[in-house]
Amino acid sequence: MLFSLSLIGYYLSTTTYIIFFITQKKKIRSAARCLLFGAGVLHTVTIISRYFLAGHTPLTTHFDTVSFFAWSMTWAFLSFRWRYQVKNFGTFVSLVISALMTIGALSSQTIAELPPALQSAWLPVHASIAIIADGFMAMGFCSGLMYILQERELKKKRFGVFYSRLPSLDALDNLIQHCLTVGFPLLTLGIITGSFWAKQAWGAYWHWDPKETWSLITWFLYAAMLHQRFIAGWRGKRAAILAIIGFIAVLFTLWGVTFLLPGVHSYVR
Amino acid sequence: MSVDSILILGVNHKTAPVEVREQLAFTSDPERPFRKLREVPGCAEFCFLSTCNRVEVIFTSPHQAETIQAIKQFLFANSSVKEKEIDNFIYLHRGAEAITHLYRVAASLDSMVVGEPQILGQLKDAYRNSADRQCTGVILNRLLHKAFSVAKRIRTETNIGGNAVSISYAAVELAKKIFGHLDGKKVLLVGAGEMAELAAEHLVNQGISEVIVANRTLERAVNLAKRFNGKAVGLAELHAQMELVDIMVSSTGASGLILLQEEVKPIMKQRKNRPLFLIDIAVPRDLDPKLNDLDNVYLYDVDDLSQVVEVNKAEREQEAQRAERIVTEETLKFLQWIEDMQLTPTIAALRRKADSIAQAELARTLSHCSSLSARDIKSIEKMAGTIINKILHDPILFLKEGHSHEDKGLKLDFARKIFGLDLELEEKEE
Repeated sequence: MLFSLSLIGYYLSTTTYIIFFITQKKKIRSAARCLLFGAGVLHTVTIISRYFLAGHTPLTTHFDTVSFFAWSMTWAFLSFRWRYQVKNFGTFVSLVISALMTIGALSSQTIAELPPALQSAWLPVHASIAIIADGFMAMGFCSGLMYILQERELKKKRFGVFYSRLPSLDALDNLIQHCLTVGFPLLTLGIITGSFWAKQAWGAYWHWDPKETWSLITWFLYAAMLHQRFIAGWRGKRAAILAIIGFIAVLFTLWGVTFLLPGVHSYVR
Repeated sequence: MSVDSILILGVNHKTAPVEVREQLAFTSDPERPFRKLREVPGCAEFCFLSTCNRVEVIFTSPHQAETIQAIKQFLFANSSVKEKEIDNFIYLHRGAEAITHLYRVAASLDSMVVGEPQILGQLKDAYRNSADRQCTGVILNRLLHKAFSVAKRIRTETNIGGNAVSISYAAVELAKKIFGHLDGKKVLLVGAGEMAELAAEHLVNQGISEVIVANRTLERAVNLAKRFNGKAVGLAELHAQMELVDIMVSSTGASGLILLQEEVKPIMKQRKNRPLFLIDIAVPRDLDPKLNDLDNVYLYDVDDLSQVVEVNKAEREQEAQRAERIVTEETLKFLQWIEDMQLTPTIAALRRKADSIAQAELARTLSHCSSLSARDIKSIEKMAGTIINKILHDPILFLKEGHSHEDKGLKLDFARKIFGLDLELEEKEE
């Protein structure tokens, strides 16, 4: 029930953001932000109530993971907004949030029993850090996409919907970098805490189960991206494409692995 | 002199793409157009205008078909355009249409960027160059001078210049879309022409921190650099400088490309892929069009820049409409003048002027002399009439004497000036 309410809140906010994108009226943008903030608060309440319902941190089912993903993206964006003014970023971010919430709404909301081995303080730490990292990577994806769209119009010299609405390439490039420099340490921390938890639960730091392998692949992708950026100056379009590819890797680690390559993490369904 | 003998033949950014226009640029030998046009049969007066966006010949000619053909051949002599295709790129205006066109050009209504201020100066230069070489005569002298005053009138009466967005303005807009803001960015001007100067001025106003000028002759580079507290370098240092700057404005008069894609590739590596915004305002083009295919390089030429300005064009449309009305009005006035430039209207105007002076003076004198009889008054009036007739007899005879077409125009113009016949018209205009 609470979840449905926040879902509706996100939909409303996204619709308003799209209207703002078309009309560019500042009042509409303020309304969209308020709606997003409201939905974010509702969503927070939803997650807290799930915590009490389950008796443990609600991050073990597919529904909870996706819901938390959307939640962390919402708050990452809202906290971001105070520091950065990036024109029309909200439209793109809210679309992704709504998509995640829709996927959440379509999956089963039943609460799974937590195996005793996994009942640990590492659960909230590892899972939340890893998913918040994903939230930042998702924002990196949005800024990468915006960069590609703006770059295309500037290169083709055909000035359509995006030229006037999207911010400058420089601003978008900075945004990509910012998302990655926040997201990457979180991703690193997520993997480290995960291995500590693994040691506690299963006795070894690293199992090479598909989820672990793929998060390592994702980690290497982002690490290479940042390295190349600072050393060889991979910026602009290449960085934007890499941010998009990186996010696809994130999604694969999150879903592809769970559904295609079962392993010890497979309870997260 | 019939209005239809005034013609304008040319190409501009609307009728011909930059690839065609650049083949018509006359950079190598500035005397050639005058030499060639003088030889054109039937071309009585002419003025030759060549700018980034247009090449036009404004001329008068009594036998037209032959003259037009010769001028077409002159314009396209060095181009790859086939004779059959020439008509696709040119426009030919005649009579009232030609006058309107010239006024619109002068007032910057026909410019790529409507309202940009450079064209009037360029037209004045073109006129001076033609007039200094005795290529213009009565009609074009008057027409061009009128064009300048029409342009001035439009500039003061409408807001078209206030909104004066030029190519450099468009460049600034784009630079902001690439770099966000221009504070602390560096610009490199290649070629020290007027266009480069104007672009630099706009960019500096937006916060550019350093201007570097590269030019073939270092002296001109130094002069321009001084204006912006920048530094001057030789063209040999072009590549080294490109590693440091963010924006490059190229406007050299070079006949070929000065920068190729292969040359910039290693430079981008050195720059660590920092974006590079290249603006090519030269015709013929300076920069390899393939440069735009490189990552993080944004190349815009004159035609591309016009599309950016298109975005805020609507706002200026209303002002442009008011300007168009002024053009129509002024065209009608010029047509009236041309009509008056015939023999009969000139003689009539001459008589009218003399008569009105005589009548006014008679009235003034007679009002003091109350003692005169009616017969006396009649004699005095008759005397005044005879004086007028005798004074005007020789000038009118002189005007009527058969002469060549051109002399007739000169004589009429001279007579009208000596007797101040056009002043009446001007006063009515005010």
